[in-house]
Amino acid sequence: MKSPMLRMLALAVSALAATAAAAQEREVHVYNWSDYIDPSILEDFTKETGIKVVYDVFDDNSLLETKLLAGGSGYDVVVPTGPFLQRQIKAGVYRKLDKSKLPNISNMWPEVMTRLAKYDKDNEHAVNYMWGTTGIGYNIDKIKAVLGDTPIDSWDVLFKPENAAKLKACGINVLDAPDETFAIALNYLHKDPNSKEIADIRAAGEVYSKIRPYARSINSAAYINDLANGDICITIGWSGDILQAKKRAEEAKNGVKINYVIPKEGTYMWFDNLAIPADAKNVEEAHAFINYLMKPEVIAKASNYVQYANGNLASQQFVDKEILDNPSVYPTKEVLGRLFTISPYEGKSQKEVTSVWTKFKNGR
Amino acid sequence: MADAPAPSFAKASPLRWLVVIIPYLWLVLFFAAPFLIIFKISLSDSAIAMPPYEPVFEGFGKLGDFLSALDFENYQSLVEDSLYLAAYLSSLRIALISTLLLLLIGYPMALAMARAPSTIRPTLMMMVILPFWTSFLIRVYAWIGILKPEGLLTVALQAVGLLAPDQQVEIYRTDYAVFIGIVYSYLPFMVLPLYATLEKLDGTLLEAASDLGCPPWKAFWRITFPLSLPGVIAGAMICFIPITGEFVIPDLLGGPETLMIGRTLWVEFFGNRDWPLASAVAVVLLLALVVPIVIFQNQQQKVG
Repeated sequence: MKSPMLRMLALAVSALAATAAAAQEREVHVYNWSDYIDPSILEDFTKETGIKVVYDVFDDNSLLETKLLAGGSGYDVVVPTGPFLQRQIKAGVYRKLDKSKLPNISNMWPEVMTRLAKYDKDNEHAVNYMWGTTGIGYNIDKIKAVLGDTPIDSWDVLFKPENAAKLKACGINVLDAPDETFAIALNYLHKDPNSKEIADIRAAGEVYSKIRPYARSINSAAYINDLANGDICITIGWSGDILQAKKRAEEAKNGVKINYVIPKEGTYMWFDNLAIPADAKNVEEAHAFINYLMKPEVIAKASNYVQYANGNLASQQFVDKEILDNPSVYPTKEVLGRLFTISPYEGKSQKEVTSVWTKFKNGR
Repeated sequence: MADAPAPSFAKASPLRWLVVIIPYLWLVLFFAAPFLIIFKISLSDSAIAMPPYEPVFEGFGKLGDFLSALDFENYQSLVEDSLYLAAYLSSLRIALISTLLLLLIGYPMALAMARAPSTIRPTLMMMVILPFWTSFLIRVYAWIGILKPEGLLTVALQAVGLLAPDQQVEIYRTDYAVFIGIVYSYLPFMVLPLYATLEKLDGTLLEAASDLGCPPWKAFWRITFPLSLPGVIAGAMICFIPITGEFVIPDLLGGPETLMIGRTLWVEFFGNRDWPLASAVAVVLLLALVVPIVIFQNQQQKVG
């Protein structure tokens, strides 16, 4: 090291080497729904494997889809819902899973795997993370004050305009997830929930436009707090969200009592699934992450935290009793039979759904 | 002196050409090129693919096939569904009302700043700019905390007795909240150009008016306001154009019935995955804003 020039060069080289070493550090970039995991699971995974988790969240399937379709999203593991998964597979977004790297797949629940195979033939691209239903969440006392002792067990409570009119004052929220809400309305009208006929989509839209004057809000995130605070008294919502609202109300000790019900007409059953984008850079690490999440005690920990059922049969012995025995989280076999799934909307039917839904939201 | 020939080196100097070219290069790179890409996508069809439209440009060899597949279908759907026209009109209405409100609030502020003693002007200027130091998004979120039914405004009004304890303000998720959010967010953009023109105003003109017996309010309308028109126009344009395409404020503060073209565009792009139609919406929006402004500018130049 005679000249300062050489010394500079040596410094630069060693800096480069350090950067290279940092790049060697193993990473996995995960894009999951917000509030959808026990954060300690990510720390445990890093401790066990040495792979750093870069965790990012979304709250809308459309956001995920747009990022994936644009390409180069930079994510290694993403969590799309069933119909979105199916359409994205068709668009060539995902790589096939290497099952040899996923030994824990033997823990999965055959019932859920079979239903998921409707979206992903032979379960080639995805494994289930959580699943749930879209039902009715309500404030027990407020509804009782308005409707008396009428049991809340049917979509009638919301979809019959005379009932909705009575509930207007205490606040109705409609879930802003047109794919699901249209299927639910079609099922309510005794039509095929999976219908892609324009006339059927319009008929389903009618169900909502009739109750539009009575709806206070239409959203798919803020309603959790609104229900917990008593700002709304009834909502179409996702099972786990309603249970989170219930938990928040109990923690706040504000006297709000919340219940979730799967209406007797049946409802939509959804699956959120782990998949690897075709352009993922850390494929090895992505498999390791998915395999880790299929460990019974790990996924049970996630279910205990987010209050959703998972698709892992072996995990049920580790799931908290109050969650496992709650029929609105883990429905009975009989109720399970009344749950339906739908295939994605495409082209014309998608446009019709969005157009009808936008007009419904704008109250036109 | 004015007739002296330009130094000959300037004509041939490549430096001079560079100076001329740079603005054009800037325009081509950051305006024309993106616009052409958007325009091209607007002529495609949506598809289930990555990216979600076709045809995709795959080189000049297949240029013929590529061009023959393009059509104006998406522009047709814009005309056929009344939703888009309603959204454009609603955006223009919201932008117009907001701009007028901004002028009403911003003009007195700018005037007061310009007439303030020069020692405190920098402080006033700082106060106008200060909100920029916090993220725009957080400031809009803060408004949610103020306007929501159980928010600060309700609490404050209940505390002073203007609102009964069981009553709540119902502003959040209505058009009123959108106007409040827009006026708050864009106020500096209105005040600064106004201040810039008002500050340069020749004060002796007003003194002369006063000497000749003109009352202050008349002097304002006959001297101050006409002379500040360039600032008014600049401020109005800087506010009106982005407000028309605004997405964040109506999405966070507006209700489900707040119809704005920015939201329509979002729904087309994300909800429908219809990039071509979303691009068509954007192209029409751009033309709807640019063409009248260009015509206006031309008129101004002719008058001038």
